[in-house]
Amino acid sequence: MVRDITLGQYMPGKSIVHRMDARSKILMLLAMIGFIFAADNYMALLLITLSSLLVVLLTRISFMMYLKSMKVILFLVLFTGILNIFYGSGQVYWEWQFIKITEGGVNNAVFVTIRIAAMVLVSSVLTFTTSPNDLTDGIEKLLSPLKLFHVKVHEIAMMMTIALRFIPVLLEEADKIMNAQKARGADMESGGALKRVRAMVPVLIPLFVSAFRRANDLAMAMECRCYNGGKGRTRMKIMKFGGVDLAALIYLIVVFAGVILCNIVFPATVR
Amino acid sequence: MGSFIEVKDLYFKYDDPEDENKNEFALNGINLTIEKGSFVAVVGHNGSGKSTLAKHFNSLYLPTSGDVSVNGMNTKDDSHLFDIRRSIGLVLQNPDNQIVAGIVEDDVAFGCENLGIPPKEIRKRVDDALKAVDMYEYRLHSPDKLSGGQKQRVAIAGIIAMEPECIVLDEPTAMLDPQGRDEVISAVMKLNRERGITVIIITHYMEEAVLADRVVVIDKGRVFLDGTPKEVFSQVEMLKQHRLDVPQGTELVYKLRGCGFELPKCVLDENECADAIEKLLKGVS
Repeated sequence: MVRDITLGQYMPGKSIVHRMDARSKILMLLAMIGFIFAADNYMALLLITLSSLLVVLLTRISFMMYLKSMKVILFLVLFTGILNIFYGSGQVYWEWQFIKITEGGVNNAVFVTIRIAAMVLVSSVLTFTTSPNDLTDGIEKLLSPLKLFHVKVHEIAMMMTIALRFIPVLLEEADKIMNAQKARGADMESGGALKRVRAMVPVLIPLFVSAFRRANDLAMAMECRCYNGGKGRTRMKIMKFGGVDLAALIYLIVVFAGVILCNIVFPATVR
Repeated sequence: MGSFIEVKDLYFKYDDPEDENKNEFALNGINLTIEKGSFVAVVGHNGSGKSTLAKHFNSLYLPTSGDVSVNGMNTKDDSHLFDIRRSIGLVLQNPDNQIVAGIVEDDVAFGCENLGIPPKEIRKRVDDALKAVDMYEYRLHSPDKLSGGQKQRVAIAGIIAMEPECIVLDEPTAMLDPQGRDEVISAVMKLNRERGITVIIITHYMEEAVLADRVVVIDKGRVFLDGTPKEVFSQVEMLKQHRLDVPQGTELVYKLRGCGFELPKCVLDENECADAIEKLLKGVS
């Protein structure tokens, strides 16, 4: 089950989005999310959705993978979407006792749904096309000004790298322990919520013990390879801002201008 | 060939308050000299102290008393720590727990990055190291999709990219299937033969020990046999007393000799065993 989750998985490739610098991808993702929330009318929303879809196309990763990553948050999207229908004001379409569906509510629902979906889409572009290492390197570089305030940027990035590396390992281990407990007659599927949570305890304890043992081993292995914190470390891959990044920046500016223009020309549908 | 690692009167006790036999030494006066370029197997059963010894070579553990020195540098001296770890690479037992990064080539680069080597040089070393263990085509894969033997070879590549003079492998094949075991051992042998890297392999598989130039047998924290595979495995009785196995071919010939057949004193592997028996049978008929 856990293996079907595609959110936050790297898919190697050679598309232009793959070739972009991790730092510019992170910054542009943040900008895109900003634009998605800045779009306040249907034209702007359409523009930003189409431009997100164009980026998705450029990654040359099958759209199915994106749909799979949406599946995880499907419930959240539907839930917030449906809730939003009942809020808002304006022309009333339908009314029953205290529940009413209004024009404003429907607009809100559409916007919230599309905004969240588009946000997940562009975030997936980042995680699908950037290797975890590049991603953490990018974050480390972007946060490095914080070193002035004694924030341990390198250590944070290292922790993220290790966490990303060990998520699949620990998931697999949890699977194994669960099977081992089931083989001993543990019942994890029946009973109420409370009973099922209690049934997880015999899975979590060995998982924690093993995680600590792994941490000890890993620390030793890192020491063996002369790890000494961030000081004096070089990197194999040098990040540089290239032609692709420039093209992406221009694209971003065009999209930004488009969204602003739409916002000025058309009246705001939502706040 | 000069001495590379020197172990003198090494005693070591684990400092673990919860250990019930805390008064027992894990290592009981070990003396050992390892020559440059040699291929040494250290064998012993579980709890014999062989892994503890391995961790002394690159000063992960420090002797309770006695000395370990590498290239004349004492492991107790903190100022040599970096140089010692740079010249002796240690590969641990569990391949999963020693891979740091989520991409094979990034992990192989990890050690070099720590050494502060320029990026271009790292790239070259990483490619070289991956080719040396036949993992080059997997360089962009994620480690969790690899088999145990492949992961262990990635771990070895991560060590050889640092260009150490010596590689210590602490039971590198204990968690692998027979095929993975073969992959790892042949990769290590190639490094020793082609690049002249000193290899110390800690193992309890006698079939692996046979491939080494020299076998050191450890029991209860002491060296009790030290010699070429032939010298060591000809002492079948002695090994059995210390709860150690011998390779199957060796054991068969030993038992046949016990029944009065005229066979050579020591054979090391199945082929030699088959040849010896064939010769005997031809002589009989």
